[in-house]
Amino acid sequence: MSAVLEIEGLRKTYRSRKRGVRRALDGFDMRVEAGQVHGFLGPNGSGKTTTLRTLLGLIRPNSGRMAILGQELPHALPAVAGQVGAIVESPQFFPHFSARDTLGLLAQAGELPKQRVDEVLELVGLRDRAGERVKTYSLGMKQRLAVASALLKNPKLLILDEPANGLDPGGIREMRGLMRELSENGMTVVLSSHILGEIQLICDSVTIISLGRRVAFGPVEQVLAAHSQGSVRVRLEAVGDLPQAADALTRAGVRVTTEPDHLLLSGVDKPATVSRLLAEQGLYVSELTPVAVDLESVFLELTATAPVPGQHRQVDQSAKVDQAGTTGGWGA
Amino acid sequence: MSLFVTELRRLGKRRVTRLMLVLLVVGLATVATAFSFSSEKLSPATVAAAEAKANNNYQNSVKEWQRSVSECEAAAARGDNTEERYGPNCGKDYQPQPDMFEANWYLPYQFDFRAEFPMFIAVFAASVALFGFIVGASFVGAEWNTGGMMNLLLWRPKRLTVLGTKLAALLTTVLGLTVVLGALWTAAFWLIASQRGSTAKMTAGVWRSIGLDGLRALAMTLLVAAIGFALASLGRHTAMALGAAVGIFAVSEIGIRIAVAVLGVQFGDRYVLSTYAQSWFLKQAELFDYHTCQFSQGACEPATYMVTWQQSAVVFGVALVGAVAAAFWTMRRRDIS
Ligand SMILES: Nc1ncnc2c1ncn2[C@@H]1O[C@H](COP(=O)(O)OP(=O)(O)OP(=O)(O)O)[C@@H](O)[C@H]1O
Ligand SMILES: [Mg+2]
Repeated sequence: MSAVLEIEGLRKTYRSRKRGVRRALDGFDMRVEAGQVHGFLGPNGSGKTTTLRTLLGLIRPNSGRMAILGQELPHALPAVAGQVGAIVESPQFFPHFSARDTLGLLAQAGELPKQRVDEVLELVGLRDRAGERVKTYSLGMKQRLAVASALLKNPKLLILDEPANGLDPGGIREMRGLMRELSENGMTVVLSSHILGEIQLICDSVTIISLGRRVAFGPVEQVLAAHSQGSVRVRLEAVGDLPQAADALTRAGVRVTTEPDHLLLSGVDKPATVSRLLAEQGLYVSELTPVAVDLESVFLELTATAPVPGQHRQVDQSAKVDQAGTTGGWGA
Repeated sequence: MSLFVTELRRLGKRRVTRLMLVLLVVGLATVATAFSFSSEKLSPATVAAAEAKANNNYQNSVKEWQRSVSECEAAAARGDNTEERYGPNCGKDYQPQPDMFEANWYLPYQFDFRAEFPMFIAVFAASVALFGFIVGASFVGAEWNTGGMMNLLLWRPKRLTVLGTKLAALLTTVLGLTVVLGALWTAAFWLIASQRGSTAKMTAGVWRSIGLDGLRALAMTLLVAAIGFALASLGRHTAMALGAAVGIFAVSEIGIRIAVAVLGVQFGDRYVLSTYAQSWFLKQAELFDYHTCQFSQGACEPATYMVTWQQSAVVFGVALVGAVAAAFWTMRRRDIS
């Protein structure tokens, strides 16, 4: 597979006289394969938008290498711009123009045929409201217009920064269908979002960023598997035996979390060893299931942003990985 | 090319452009119409009436003078002191003369195209320049401020080309408007002059001079529009250009005036921008220094300093190049968010 998007060691430092330096991107790496829907995840302020802006030539990086469709950026940006459709964080439009005028002007600047405007308006469901001024649109309608503007060029690479922001449930589902359809037709999609259930449903692979560095990447199943490894839920026939079982398992070196009616084990290689161990103690297992971890919990763990009772986590309080790069070696 | 056409279209679609255009046209039309009422063509009858009035006033004042002289003589005969009230020799030396009552003082105002149209070119240029400044500033300012510029750069990542094309679209529009409205303006005043005024002595040389005035006016409108555009692009907000304009005006017309007065700089007005605007339109502006006058020695010949239109060209040229270069330089350098 060829990479449509490659980023290596990207750095962007904001300097201000009053507040000193802020390393928004601190040696960030990313790779997106052709034809994939790629989720780009990270806590607030972790550098997602900064990455995308840098990629699109809106801000200058301090160092690092970037390439889109095999062409080095920012040098080759004018050449590839026609193949990259993007929205960057709730894009703003000139409020007094209608959606049709807005897209029409973009299409004209990009030398696209006029009927393409109506096609994308239809696609995002704005057909009947396209003549109204953008100022009068609701949040979700503006977001749909933004998606339309990104789709207008029929790009090879579609970059969407929080496209679901403000969409209604029907719209989100529709967007999901649209993404799938686009990627089936060969478009590569990079999607930044905080709605992880959504990402898990539509993305083939993900990159997770925290404090300007990559903390995990790879196909969704692999990232999940790497973190659901050895998680097992155990129920016994008699609830009263749970403490005894927990004791026995702990002694055998298994990490145990006791819940009211079951045990959660982690670090289990073969579930069979658990049932044998318990049987030796005369405890009978009624359920022994590997637990599927969802992307949300993996994300919270990797970025260390799970809420802790009684504490208010501040932005920028998240996992910091070594300069060396990512922990573990999942995925590509 | 497609970008240029797009930007022309965008400029034309903007509400500010349309609104300001309506205001400009209505304003200019109002000035021309109102002015046409104040001018009146001189007919032999009006000239005769004015001559009669001048003569009448002359006669009246002679009578008045005679009455005053005889009063004075009567008083002198009574032995009163008349010197104070009637002047020496009872004011006999001050008999009113016919040339003190010129007929054309009593004529109604008549517009003289040759002598007065150049001033109206300046009025026109100032109006169109104001239009260009506001439209130019808001064209790029609103674009920055609403994120339109960022959207466009996602399509056309060459920043300097994008900014340059926008500027070109603006200047083309202002150029077109100045030419079209300027032609209408000239036609309107020619009409006023031929119907209700005078078009006398319009030689080819006069027309050429008016043509040159028009060219300088055009250059002024383009310059002001470009500077408005550059300032708004630098500040990334329309209000920045308007604020800068107010600031420059205040500093130049008030601050510098006060400063040169306090410091006693000779010909302080040569540091004031409006002097250069004036000399640009009138080909030169003469500054006087009345401090050099010795009024005690009779009529004064103050020292003078001449500001030529070429000097104005240098001043405005430097301002233009500075503002536009700064706008392009920051466009190249700065992050866009
Ligand atoms: N213009 C700027 N000047 C200074 N710091 C900035 C600037 N833009 C972004 N930052 C900082 O860079 C960091 C990354 O911001 P970025 O917008 O990329 O976050 P994000 O991952 O998109 O967050 P979110 O999920 O909230 O959209 C933040 O700490 C932010 O404060
Ligand atoms: Mg963001």
